[in-house]
Amino acid sequence: MARDAAIAGIGQTEFAKSIARPEQRLAVEAALAALADAGLTPAHVDGMVRFDMETTEEVQLQRALGIPNLRFFASTGYGGGGGCGTVALAQAAIVSGQAEVVLAWRARKRGSGGRPWARAGHRVPGEKQWYVPFGLVRPVDQVAILARRMMHEVGVTEEMLGAVAVQIRRHANRNPHAVMRDRKMDLADYLASRHVSEPLRVPDCCLETDGALAVVVTTLERARDLRHTPAVVAAAQMGTGVECVNMTNYHGADLLAGPGAAVAPHLYRMAGIGPEDIDCAQLYDAFTPLVLQSLEDYGFCGRGEAGPFCAEGNLSADGGALPTCTSGGGLSEAYVHGYNLILEGVRQVRGDSVNQVDACEHVLVTSGNAVPTSALVLRRDR
Amino acid sequence: MRPTPAPDPPLPEADELSEPFWEGCREHRLCIQRCDACGHWRHYPRPSCPKCLSLDFSWTEVSGHGTLASWVVAHPPVLPYFADKVPLPVVLVELDEASHLRLVGGLREADAATLEIGMRREVVFEDVTED
Repeated sequence: MARDAAIAGIGQTEFAKSIARPEQRLAVEAALAALADAGLTPAHVDGMVRFDMETTEEVQLQRALGIPNLRFFASTGYGGGGGCGTVALAQAAIVSGQAEVVLAWRARKRGSGGRPWARAGHRVPGEKQWYVPFGLVRPVDQVAILARRMMHEVGVTEEMLGAVAVQIRRHANRNPHAVMRDRKMDLADYLASRHVSEPLRVPDCCLETDGALAVVVTTLERARDLRHTPAVVAAAQMGTGVECVNMTNYHGADLLAGPGAAVAPHLYRMAGIGPEDIDCAQLYDAFTPLVLQSLEDYGFCGRGEAGPFCAEGNLSADGGALPTCTSGGGLSEAYVHGYNLILEGVRQVRGDSVNQVDACEHVLVTSGNAVPTSALVLRRDR
Repeated sequence: MRPTPAPDPPLPEADELSEPFWEGCREHRLCIQRCDACGHWRHYPRPSCPKCLSLDFSWTEVSGHGTLASWVVAHPPVLPYFADKVPLPVVLVELDEASHLRLVGGLREADAATLEIGMRREVVFEDVTED
């Protein structure tokens, strides 16, 4: 009989622009918090999954936690596209019997550790040779190309992008762990903010955060004996779509679709549900246009409908049609490659989010949609 | 006091697959991979045709004409080389040869106010360094 996997524990450090403690220590703190949340100890862990960009290696974390053996270890590529993929790999290990208790995490000092784009050298190798020399250097520039195209093709406006940033900020204002908990923002503030890469402004961009988060994935059967309501991994799926290029996905027939459009049909089929059954969404929000794109890729809106959908208040946890990024997301809680979105998805199915959605049964969590991506459907255990 | 040297421009590091493209640019010719078997154009460079899987292709000069597919205007913070060039327009152009051939480029006349998606553009080459 096939086994199901569930997230049984979640843990995190504080989030801040700068944390002095070493990055590996942040990973250890998040891991210990997630294990304690599940009611497990490091001795129970027999698998680990990380981002391949993660500087803490599995064996380093293993040695720090005194874990006798890892039966399964793996990593996901493509930066922020891999967040949900770590849970997908953990699920694969558990369902196949290669591991029983898998720890997956992201620890990053992106706030104090500098901007990756600023490290471009005199010679630019790999795919970046095609755009960095011309000045398309930063992720915000690369996504601004998409934003401008959205404005041209389907009439997205600055106010629609601003509605995303403003609503997600409101969610963060109620989250004591959010970096932006005390920073209110309305649409006028948004429109008065400066451009970073036209048409995108500062509040269209995620935060730059130090912090770490971890999850513990195990069998559903075992999770039912642990401390919290299991967050069942109803579906986990990776996807690229056609002609996918990291961050500059400009080469398919449809400039507006992201790899999420290729993920969604498989994800919903495996979960046995459709977008109409999703009670809230934690959509990867490194930049506001990616939220609009994901709303369309994952079937909540038709082409061109996502902008008006957001402007009408539908992302709000207070009665919106699809409460989205309910902890404040990458824009206003913390930017740790979207790992906070996974933890908020778990809190929503447990019923203990600060912006709790009533009768929340299914949550969609997505990862970076400007790169090869991944997504999860989490289900409250009945 | 010595003047601070101008920051180096970020330059493409050609590799086994891309070298012929940049070699063409040095000669001020824009060349794109085209399948010898089925005629399909492809960018980024790759060893095989995604349509017919043929391994045979030619670097084929294109007209250099295209239409503007999108653009951005970068504001600070930017790489040191671009610091005195902001606000910096950067464009995405669809080549006339095939709509999926989209290339990122800069603008010779850097006036973003006149840009409109769909407007005609023509490639020009600018020698940034001696090689």
